Amino acid sequence: MPIKLPSFRARRDSYPPDLWTKCPQCGDMLFNKQLEKNDRICPTCGHHFRLSAEARLEMLLDPGTFRERDAGLQSVDPLGFVDQKPYPERVATAQAQTGLRDAAVRGTGAIEGQTVSVCVMDFGFMGGSMGAVVGEKVARAAEDALAERVPLLVVSASGGARMQEGTLALMQLAKTVAVLERVRASRVPFISVMSDPTTGGVFASYAVLGDVNLAEPNALIGFAGARVAAGTIAQELPPGFQRSEFLFEHGFIDRVVERRQLRGEIAGLLRFMRVPGNALEQPVVGSFNPIGAFLASVSGSFGNGNGGDRG
Amino acid sequence: MVDRLLGRPGEAKGAAERPKGDRPKRGKGSAEPADPKAAVWKRVQLARNLARPRTLDLLAEMADEVIELHGDRGFGDDPAMVAGFARIDGRRIAFVGQQKGADTDENIRRNFGMPHPEGYRKSMRVMELAERFGLPIVTFVDVPGAHPGPESEERGIAEAIARSIGLMSRLRTPIVAIITGEGGSGGALAIAVGDVVLALENAVYSVISPEGCASILWRTPDEAPAAALAMKMSAQDQLELGVIDRVVPEPGEGAHADPRETAKRLRTAIIAELDRLAELPLDELVEARYRRYRALGPYTEVATPEVAPPPSRGIADRLRDLLDPTRWSMGMPLPGSSRRDEPPAHEEV
Repeated sequence: MPIKLPSFRARRDSYPPDLWTKCPQCGDMLFNKQLEKNDRICPTCGHHFRLSAEARLEMLLDPGTFRERDAGLQSVDPLGFVDQKPYPERVATAQAQTGLRDAAVRGTGAIEGQTVSVCVMDFGFMGGSMGAVVGEKVARAAEDALAERVPLLVVSASGGARMQEGTLALMQLAKTVAVLERVRASRVPFISVMSDPTTGGVFASYAVLGDVNLAEPNALIGFAGARVAAGTIAQELPPGFQRSEFLFEHGFIDRVVERRQLRGEIAGLLRFMRVPGNALEQPVVGSFNPIGAFLASVSGSFGNGNGGDRG
Repeated sequence: MVDRLLGRPGEAKGAAERPKGDRPKRGKGSAEPADPKAAVWKRVQLARNLARPRTLDLLAEMADEVIELHGDRGFGDDPAMVAGFARIDGRRIAFVGQQKGADTDENIRRNFGMPHPEGYRKSMRVMELAERFGLPIVTFVDVPGAHPGPESEERGIAEAIARSIGLMSRLRTPIVAIITGEGGSGGALAIAVGDVVLALENAVYSVISPEGCASILWRTPDEAPAAALAMKMSAQDQLELGVIDRVVPEPGEGAHADPRETAKRLRTAIIAELDRLAELPLDELVEARYRRYRALGPYTEVATPEVAPPPSRGIADRLRDLLDPTRWSMGMPLPGSSRRDEPPAHEEV
């Protein structure tokens, strides 16, 4: 439950008439309610649909451990940008549609009992585009990871930098990467998860710089949009171009991980990548009580079959 | 006018201290066409002018000695990016910059100044050399964008750009970055992270090409001038946004009309900045550079009621969830508080 904003309509209101979704990969018609229950993975072909920030946090973190930070950060309009609509109007529309203030939500939480500083992006908010607010949230998540000596986890879902904030959006690449350099230097681990899509300035800054890079299957991941690439260079694009598996093949992604295995994979990685000087993990409020632990183990073993190796 | 162009002290900090959300007023040069769209478009054309002096041309004019270095030690040598050592007014520097061609043949060889990953890896290599041997770095940014094709993606253009930005954010040597022509997005920023960022008067700097922006937001590339205006991509606008620190005026019609004079003016500006930066202790320099970029990008903080930790759920709720048959059958992880298959927000407030 990332944000509760009184004046905004609920996210689901924006598509109530759509009861069915067509899977873009296998063409099956999927009943939306069932799709949601299946973690937005196509039951037929395993296609991963996009996930909201809220659902993502719910999937990754131990129940009840997420504490949001900087919920009040909001975009301004530094350029006075108007295309067919003024930028502030676009932001307001996106807020009403998603119930989010901007395209990223950050805070702290626990993954199988290990505290992390986490920032997740939501493609539903203006294509997950990175303006000053998203950049600031990623930077602050990294700073908190540094200050509190806990691992940093960023889940990307973004079309890139937000054009409406011009070069100030571009500067978010420098802002986030500069903080990450400090994280790296102080040996705090950073796990980057790329979901569909992770492109442009987000891919070319923090998303690609994880100590470990994970990606969901068949996610669009790349620097230049495929259309830009095709248009600029008038060249046939190879099949599977800019998909997770393409990036994996070329050595930029450590592991392509099915959505329901992510939590277990991250927890497993974090058990190897301990923060020096913080070897004894603090118990986390929420998963500390026996019932919480019991429930977590139940959900784990039913959810992904990864519950067995929990320490 | 010149006062305004040169007026801003080169202090990197000055740019970063603009209050959040403060929107600078737009100033217009007197010699520009009356229509602001036409004015900014004219600058885009000037920045792209085929006769505009390129990195090596400028260096040839301003430096006493230039030694170009080649190759990224991993894949090859990228002619779209040049790097090496130079001596300017007796000062030893390392330089990196994109290099467009002066004619079609050279442009094909140099890929129209669009570097592949190996170009950025070459410039990183030379910048690391500079740090090791205590040479300040001067970068010349003139790029439509990094090369967007499949080879580029295969070899990790995004990774190369991100690494280059990271390297420049922490290098323990002074960095003067100069936007000399087109500052095209990530491909430009990858070598434009500096203690001080200068721009030639008719240079442009943007997050996406105006054509690309127009085809996305206006749904036609023909609206590129409108996009260029909306993105405030001229050097003067970038100065007011605090993205660059100083504008170096071009002679006459523009840099292409008098490359020698352009180089002379740039040389003066570079020397002044190098001297100023040389006086700062390295720790302070790197910290100030970090803070410059850490502070860029305005936002507001809306006073929301502190987001309270979720109310701890009673054992009855937990058991009810546990016994919920749909969860058992679907094998879902237990939710924190809301269920994804129900409308969440408006019930919760």
